[in-house]
Amino acid sequence: MTGEQRLDLAALVRDRRTRVIVTCGSGGVGKTTTAAAVALIGAEAGRRTVVLTIDPARRLAQSMGLTELDNTPREVRGVENGRLFAMMLDMKRTFDEVVLQHAPADRAAQILQNPFYVSLSSSFAGTQEYMAMEKLGQLVAADEWDLIVVDTPPSRSALDFLDAPNRLGRFLDGRMIRLLTMPARAGGKAYLKVVSASVAMFAKVFTRILGTELLTDVSSFVSALETMFGGFRQRAEQTYELLKTPGTAFVVVASPEPDALREASYFVERLSAERMPLAGLVLNRVRRTVLDSTGTTLSAARAEAAADALSAKGADRLTGVAEAALRVHSEIAQAAEHDGRMARRFATAHPEVPIVSVPALPADVHDLDGLRTIGSLLTAEASAA
Amino acid sequence: MAAPISRARAAGLRPEISAGSRLHLVTGKGGTGKTTVAAALALALASTGRKVLLIEVEGRQSLAQLFDVPALPYEEKRLLTVPGNGSLWGLAVDPEQALIEYLDMFYGLKRSARGLRKMGAVDFVTTVAPGLRDVLITGKIKESVTRTNPDGHLAYDAVVVDAPPTGRITRFLNATREVSKVAKVGPISRQSEGVVSLLRGKQTSIHIVTLLEEMPVQETVDAAAELTDAGFRLGAVIVNRARPCVLPEELLEPGHTVDPELVADGLKQVNLPASLAAGLAREVSDYADRLRVEQENERRLGKVDAPRIEVPDLNPPVEISELHELARVFRAESEDAPR
Repeated sequence: MTGEQRLDLAALVRDRRTRVIVTCGSGGVGKTTTAAAVALIGAEAGRRTVVLTIDPARRLAQSMGLTELDNTPREVRGVENGRLFAMMLDMKRTFDEVVLQHAPADRAAQILQNPFYVSLSSSFAGTQEYMAMEKLGQLVAADEWDLIVVDTPPSRSALDFLDAPNRLGRFLDGRMIRLLTMPARAGGKAYLKVVSASVAMFAKVFTRILGTELLTDVSSFVSALETMFGGFRQRAEQTYELLKTPGTAFVVVASPEPDALREASYFVERLSAERMPLAGLVLNRVRRTVLDSTGTTLSAARAEAAADALSAKGADRLTGVAEAALRVHSEIAQAAEHDGRMARRFATAHPEVPIVSVPALPADVHDLDGLRTIGSLLTAEASAA
Repeated sequence: MAAPISRARAAGLRPEISAGSRLHLVTGKGGTGKTTVAAALALALASTGRKVLLIEVEGRQSLAQLFDVPALPYEEKRLLTVPGNGSLWGLAVDPEQALIEYLDMFYGLKRSARGLRKMGAVDFVTTVAPGLRDVLITGKIKESVTRTNPDGHLAYDAVVVDAPPTGRITRFLNATREVSKVAKVGPISRQSEGVVSLLRGKQTSIHIVTLLEEMPVQETVDAAAELTDAGFRLGAVIVNRARPCVLPEELLEPGHTVDPELVADGLKQVNLPASLAAGLAREVSDYADRLRVEQENERRLGKVDAPRIEVPDLNPPVEISELHELARVFRAESEDAPR
């Protein structure tokens, strides 16, 4: 890698001022594994650490002793010189808790049973992101942890994590929902006469599309929720503000693929626009040749040509092995050239963003030793530099 | 109902891609390259003389990037013309626009819909009603598949959708059914039957894109089971970035190591420094490790009862010329020969 700043994760994780690390990035780039590896570094540096994961791979979850989506931090066994806890987000339960906390008991019961709430809390696009944020707020408020590592939900776009809570907040507190509350307040259909024509039209359309029952469910849900709007919104805003404080660090994760890096770019730009503290980029699954690490090089093209020359000489056992080795090298070198190009492209566009590259491993990680390996790869470059 | 595809048009695809399917939904775990595969499949269909519509639904403008055209409006745009009368069209479905179109279609509400949009009402409806987004998108997909021109012919011979990822695909396809349970009356409830029967019918194939890595394979196996249980028809499992094995069998045996001396001797014969030999030998054993992992993952894919297609790894970022190369994978073998 040339020229770019290196992301020193070891220093970030050990720094006592770092209280929250958020890993974000598009799906399929190794975000969850990175979050777990970072948390393990923190724990083994003696910091009491919790990692909040969302939908981890089964075997990774098992390796950390997570068998249920139950919102309870569970201690990970086998951690050396420190304590690591891991938990999986239970979106619905988190939402239920929010309702129970902010609404009077009778209202809360009404809300929890409302069919519209049931679908909102389990399938609303953005509920997962919002609840991850809510859970993070709770973990910070509990003041039990030196370091909290949050893995963000696998959304189509990395930006959803920042936007979804606001969207849900806007929805719950917004103008439209206030208008929809009117029928319940004004009593039945009579409200259509007292509100403006456009609102009446909206309600009509809404009813037409979805049928009257859903509208009734929504408005009773909304009026039941009314009492807790304030608390809801305040909490979302607090957590959002918390993300802007210096104790928080965003780590953007990507793989050397155009789509993943494009998402990473958007995220980097967005974080900077929102003045959120970006620590840097983790570039996972970077393919390298062994020769690169030994300081020698052999280009893909030269290796291929040499292999062809050997094969033209006629294969015996001896040249056969060398030829195969050269072809393997050519393939790896091509991949490495591609990944290097991708990394340079990002570094050129975002020279201010520190980067650490993690070489591709042959298999996925599903135990603590594997996480330690990733951890040492994550921190290796900085200490070597 | 759909007119049968003419024989000439049915020809030209490899047998794993059902020529009778008019709707191809391409899903896969994030990062497996489903957009590229969807585009390559659409291009393959177009190159057999079909008029093909390629739809994206995630609002990322990936098609515009891939085909190097300006961001797609909510309107079908020609992406490419293909020799032999085929053509490829692109559409980025925007749920908000789909709602307005829908209101207009059923109620002639276009004007008031605009006003509502200003108030954020449309955003509200598409955001608040769970699954309504997906209902609108699948509704639009159905409309494109079944639309006919004034002359009575189908507007498109085939529609390919860059669908939501494996984690969400079943919910996406089932949205209409779910919402019709909540919205028991109204046009969505009435329209849902057509969408449900198209998505579950013989004209629809759901292809899953995967890599030979643990998580994508796991998600493929899970999604295949989920889709099958929910009554959907699987098309092909498409293994993306497949690499031909460049190692002789015996070097793949677990525990087999390559003697650097042997490599060094070979290198000397082509005037390369023998000092490279140790590194190359290590690369071979790393490579063999990786291949064994891939083979294991390939065996795990065996649980999925669907034909498999391998798409090669093209290291340069995929652009139009690479897309043509990938499209050839989906064509029948005989179609390859003249090129």
